[in-house]
Amino acid sequence: MKFGVVRFPGTCDDVDAQLAAARVGDAELLWHADRDLQGVDAVVVPGGFSYGDYLRAGAIARFAPVMESVIEFAHEGGLVLGICNGFQILCEAGLLPGALLPNDHLKFVFRQVELEVVDPDTAFTKSSPARLSIPVKHMSGRYYAPTPVEVVLRYARGQNPNGSQNDIAGVINEGGNVFGLMPHPEHAVDPLTGSTDGLTIFESIAASVGALV
Amino acid sequence: MKARVLIRPKAGILDPQGQAVERALPALGFSGATNVHVGRLIELEVDDPSQLPSMCERLLANTLIEDFEVIDLG
Repeated sequence: MKFGVVRFPGTCDDVDAQLAAARVGDAELLWHADRDLQGVDAVVVPGGFSYGDYLRAGAIARFAPVMESVIEFAHEGGLVLGICNGFQILCEAGLLPGALLPNDHLKFVFRQVELEVVDPDTAFTKSSPARLSIPVKHMSGRYYAPTPVEVVLRYARGQNPNGSQNDIAGVINEGGNVFGLMPHPEHAVDPLTGSTDGLTIFESIAASVGALV
Repeated sequence: MKARVLIRPKAGILDPQGQAVERALPALGFSGATNVHVGRLIELEVDDPSQLPSMCERLLANTLIEDFEVIDLG
């Protein structure tokens, strides 16, 4: 299978996401100004500070030419994974419900967190264990939604790093093909950095598109 | 037309910036300041003022978490 990893000006986790995806399939970068998704089977919108996070995190990136194609791809049922800033972008684009607000303590948070997989049957978690250890690193990760949402991941008890509503760490759309999370699975794919739990998200995607059994 | 757009955190949503400022004021000897909220201000000139609400809803504000107010500066 082929992953496409979007690169905006200010994205900084694109290469890590590409390397993580490359452990389970082919992976190439998709430039923000290019509408061509190059026939990828799944899209990753990675973390960073797209367009400097000007106005609000993700607010400008959602209007990039590549996002028009990503939105169309998602509406056709294509799998889209948004990580951190990518999650913020998918919310701003209306592909996911809710919004991400500045952390309740107003500090940048960077630490390993334990996550509970609330829904193990999604296209993004079907290969994951019940609990994941994955790092977070963000300034605006406090999830908020005025109405109930489909929660896939929660911060384990006592580990909520940002004041997120109901300990929500990751949500999925109604169609089950767009998933956003604040923790960084692409930073937890090698034993060298302490955990390979993040790899199971990429393995789940590969299994879902039929590339991995 | 010159316009000023004020963007505020929606009532009821935790505003840690406002809280931080509210806590900092007494430290400087200012007492009695309450209900402090921090938002954003955007000034712009537009040919067609009727587009302003749409501009706010689609880009300048995220209406899920923010309220906006357009002020006509003439």
